[in-house]
Amino acid sequence: MAKSICIALREGALEGELAPTLTIKDSIASPFGLQVFDHVLSQLFSSILAGKSPSQGLILVSFSRSPSFYLELLKNKGINVASSDKRIHILDCYNDPLGWKDQIVEISSTVTVFREVKHMDKLFNSIIELGRGLVGGGKIRFSIAIDSVDEMLRRASVSSVARLLSNLRSHEQISSIFWLLHSDLHKARVTAVLEYLSSMVASLEPSHQLANGQRGDLENFALIEHNSKKGKFHVRFKKRNGRVHVMSEEVHMEQSGINFTPLTSEGAINQGLVPKVQFNLQLSEKERIDKANVVLPFEHQGDNGKPLQIYDGRRSLVDSKHERAVAVENVQTKEESESESESDRQRGEIIYYRDSDDEMPDSDEDPDDDLDI
Amino acid sequence: MNQRSSNLLDEALGLDQASEPWPLKGRVVAIEDRVETSGSFILHHLLKRSLSRNSSNVSIFIAFAQPFSHYDRVLRKQGWNLVSQRDNGRFFFFDMLKLQCPVGDEGITPGGGLIALYGKIHKTISALPEISQKNVSIIIDDLSLMEVAANGSSDHVLDFLHYCRTLTSEFDCSLITLNHEDIYSTEDGSTFLLQMAYLADILIKVEPLATGLAADVHGQLTVSNKGRNKASNFHFKVKENMVECFYPGRSRD
Repeated sequence: MAKSICIALREGALEGELAPTLTIKDSIASPFGLQVFDHVLSQLFSSILAGKSPSQGLILVSFSRSPSFYLELLKNKGINVASSDKRIHILDCYNDPLGWKDQIVEISSTVTVFREVKHMDKLFNSIIELGRGLVGGGKIRFSIAIDSVDEMLRRASVSSVARLLSNLRSHEQISSIFWLLHSDLHKARVTAVLEYLSSMVASLEPSHQLANGQRGDLENFALIEHNSKKGKFHVRFKKRNGRVHVMSEEVHMEQSGINFTPLTSEGAINQGLVPKVQFNLQLSEKERIDKANVVLPFEHQGDNGKPLQIYDGRRSLVDSKHERAVAVENVQTKEESESESESDRQRGEIIYYRDSDDEMPDSDEDPDDDLDI
Repeated sequence: MNQRSSNLLDEALGLDQASEPWPLKGRVVAIEDRVETSGSFILHHLLKRSLSRNSSNVSIFIAFAQPFSHYDRVLRKQGWNLVSQRDNGRFFFFDMLKLQCPVGDEGITPGGGLIALYGKIHKTISALPEISQKNVSIIIDDLSLMEVAANGSSDHVLDFLHYCRTLTSEFDCSLITLNHEDIYSTEDGSTFLLQMAYLADILIKVEPLATGLAADVHGQLTVSNKGRNKASNFHFKVKENMVECFYPGRSRD
């Protein structure tokens, strides 16, 4: 849940603990990662300004967007950056990451341009230096936000990026840290590396999966349109006590910004699993009751001492009584065992409990799942 | 007729709004086409719109695919003289067909050519009168050939595009690129297309119809406009001097 993430980041790290770390992960099918990043950023920074967090400042490392965009964003959220410039500083890796420009126009005193993004160790030093410049040295903590680690991964090796993030995470002055990642730009193992480094992973997924290879399908286009405004937001928390919580929400993109709402009822999902055919595959209430009342063969229904009469369809009911006492070589196995058990009634009983009453028809449950060999 | 029939495309791009001299300013437009459906007609269309809309609009055309004479011929059929526009300082043509990227030369790397190109573009825009600086379109035809010129290094091309994007923040200019979707089929190659898809504010896909070839309809366009949170899909037919866009089933012919 988006709120829980912001609270965890706001609370920061306890003494001797690694800083809470969030990875925001999206893909092209559900590209709302930047908007979620903006939301978390503004929430965290408001908390820092309001004094609700042990973190005294925020360093924003911007790769994908211009620093002026962020200054504008915070201004629009009602945060007066001018009066708060002692609390936020932006490390500008957007305007001239590789040193191609001859001269840089300085935007504001809250922005420092960084021109060597290929060198992760220099980046690390700059971040720490800026943070210390903002909050001072010693034990005072600050938070870090990284616009997107994709640019870092494109320009440096996975191991050096992982080293930088891990060092930041374990630094004694870092209160919390979060970053954005576009998962489909990298191999799965790279995404996995970053997820292992994080205590929280927030992933954005499309509400409806598009069928592959269906180009030009009008239905596919309708899904594309739907997915451009809505999506699913899954969060995986690693708690301090070692447990892992997974929570889900729905996310909507609106003019006013991003909105998180609880998931709609599970029924909606189940209906999606039932194939759309012309037959009615559901049961009505009456049909359900009738089904429960059916007397099934080969089950002991006679619990009041009366001998059980199971009609096997071959002989009349009257004749079967005479046959019962005699042990006959009957090829029907089930009936034989039943009739034998009848004669053994004095000695023992076979009690049969159906264990599949709770199971819905067409359920995907594998009955062997709980085998404990 | 000319104005009306292209309106679906203009509408999807936001060009139907008369209030601004160049509504695409500050935006990145990425066009993805295929062998069966070439997307260069969109570049011509946008170039024409930029020139016709307002006299202070300037276009910088970076051509890897065709020489100047080709574009001059195409635009002439649509009623625009690129030579006079170039002389008036409204159209700048960077002929990259002659760009050599020497490998192994002292101090010059495959990316060096792109760094120099960026510098040239920046200088050109800075030298413009202030009113035009706000209404510049940078058009690149096309990215796959730029990659070839950079000796196959998509990283250098992405770096160059990043710097062009900083131009959209600095000067509010628009960046329009063309790339081919079907040449990237391997695992490594497809991330370049994804990078462009993430970078773009407006993504235009030019594809053939799902049902195959047709005489009346050349293909379909899918325009995803992130800024307006809107997606549009319609068919098109490229004619002698214009392109006709219509919803499925409503071709005028």
